[in-house]
Amino acid sequence: MIRLASFAAMILLWQAAALFADPRHLPGPGPVALIMLEEARSGELFVNLAATLARVAASFALAMSLGSALGYLMGRNRLADKILDPWLVALLNLPALVVIVLAYIWAGLTEAAAIGAVALNKLPGAVVVAREGARSLDPALDEMATVFRLPLKARLRHIVLPQLAPYLAAATRSGLSLVWKIVLIVELLGRSNGVGFKINLAFQLFDVRLLLAYALPFVAIMLGVETFVVRPFERRVSRWRSDAA
Amino acid sequence: MLLDVAIASKDYLSADGRPRRALEDLRLTLKRGEAGAVVGPSGCGKTTLLRIVAGLDRDFAGNVALPHHGRLGMVFQEPRLLPWRSVADNIQIAAPHASRAEIDGLLDTLGLAGHAEHFPRQLSLGLARRAALARALAIKPDLLLLDEPLVSLDAALAIELRDLLARLIDETHVTTLIVTHDLAEAIALADKIFILSPRPARVAAVLDIATPRRLMTLEAAEALTLKARTAIAALRE
Repeated sequence: MIRLASFAAMILLWQAAALFADPRHLPGPGPVALIMLEEARSGELFVNLAATLARVAASFALAMSLGSALGYLMGRNRLADKILDPWLVALLNLPALVVIVLAYIWAGLTEAAAIGAVALNKLPGAVVVAREGARSLDPALDEMATVFRLPLKARLRHIVLPQLAPYLAAATRSGLSLVWKIVLIVELLGRSNGVGFKINLAFQLFDVRLLLAYALPFVAIMLGVETFVVRPFERRVSRWRSDAA
Repeated sequence: MLLDVAIASKDYLSADGRPRRALEDLRLTLKRGEAGAVVGPSGCGKTTLLRIVAGLDRDFAGNVALPHHGRLGMVFQEPRLLPWRSVADNIQIAAPHASRAEIDGLLDTLGLAGHAEHFPRQLSLGLARRAALARALAIKPDLLLLDEPLVSLDAALAIELRDLLARLIDETHVTTLIVTHDLAEAIALADKIFILSPRPARVAAVLDIATPRRLMTLEAAEALTLKARTAIAALRE
């Protein structure tokens, strides 16, 4: 309820600001909704949202799976940690733009280069969080698993993943917002569809309405993912914490 | 011989970085179906010994002979249940071949019938330890290892669990190695008592309990206690 009220206040503030501003610089919610409707009717809105969403999903999945595996390895194995840590620090401090431009130069303006570049930007963050999680695994449960000779699959599913779940949820939350922002840059620089491509077009036409008409639905989608996917998942995996006797 | 432990030496690094000897020339054996209790003062290396038998500590000189592919069931001092799985799931994960009926039967025997779907956090220490015991028994172990199974329970609860353990060991004939600091507990549970010396620990005396425990008279138990105390006193001199 409070969240909803806060959201309404945001829209009101926007409307109030638009009254005093040059409509070319800050159009009100009405004109933006109109353009949104127009784009939706022609189908363009959905085509471009879908293209961006697919890129977000692909690069996020790639970065999270690879990052979790690497982070787990580095958290558990001191030698691997020592070897890979300088790479991690280098990658953490490499600007997103450099990675993207290099990927486009080396691999061409392809879908694989775009998704790979975004994944590479998210990867080090996922590695750091997963490594933290792997370092905090309870050795007492490990010993229990050793004595009872639990097979690898059961260890992962019942011992490791439940302990990593809060870390992975945190990485997911920060990761999704980071990934979709970088996807827009990738699209702006070298793709011919997607929200980023449309925003580039809006920039060239100096059309703020078009820009907002594409940016806002995507923010709404990500908000939906957070509310209806990430949070319920978190609640589910932490059920055992809450209802203690 | 089901279990044959022959440890020449076990050293560990103390806090100041110098190696200290925990165990030396320690030999103990158990026949199939026997229950042995290792008794000694706190800090004498009992848990170290149990960890070596369990295969958790391989950094020692000597040999531990166990049946090939033998199954080990262990009850740690802290229950070490998975807090994010229910009691029944905890048992099922450790014993994937146990049927639901077998698990329910075990829970029933251990007085946990109403707790199958509870999370470990909702259990008291006494109940959690029973759940850990159910898990160890569910895999039908060739060797059951118990690390201070009654420690930090209040007296009435400890006696209740002790009698339950004695009954289970008798009924299932599972070969058992118990580590305890409490002589009365050892006499109540074991066929054979190994008394450890102070550090570096070795087996200073072995007491056989010939009579079946259930039939043991109070006098026989007292005589045995006296014998054990004499052996322990001799070690101190």
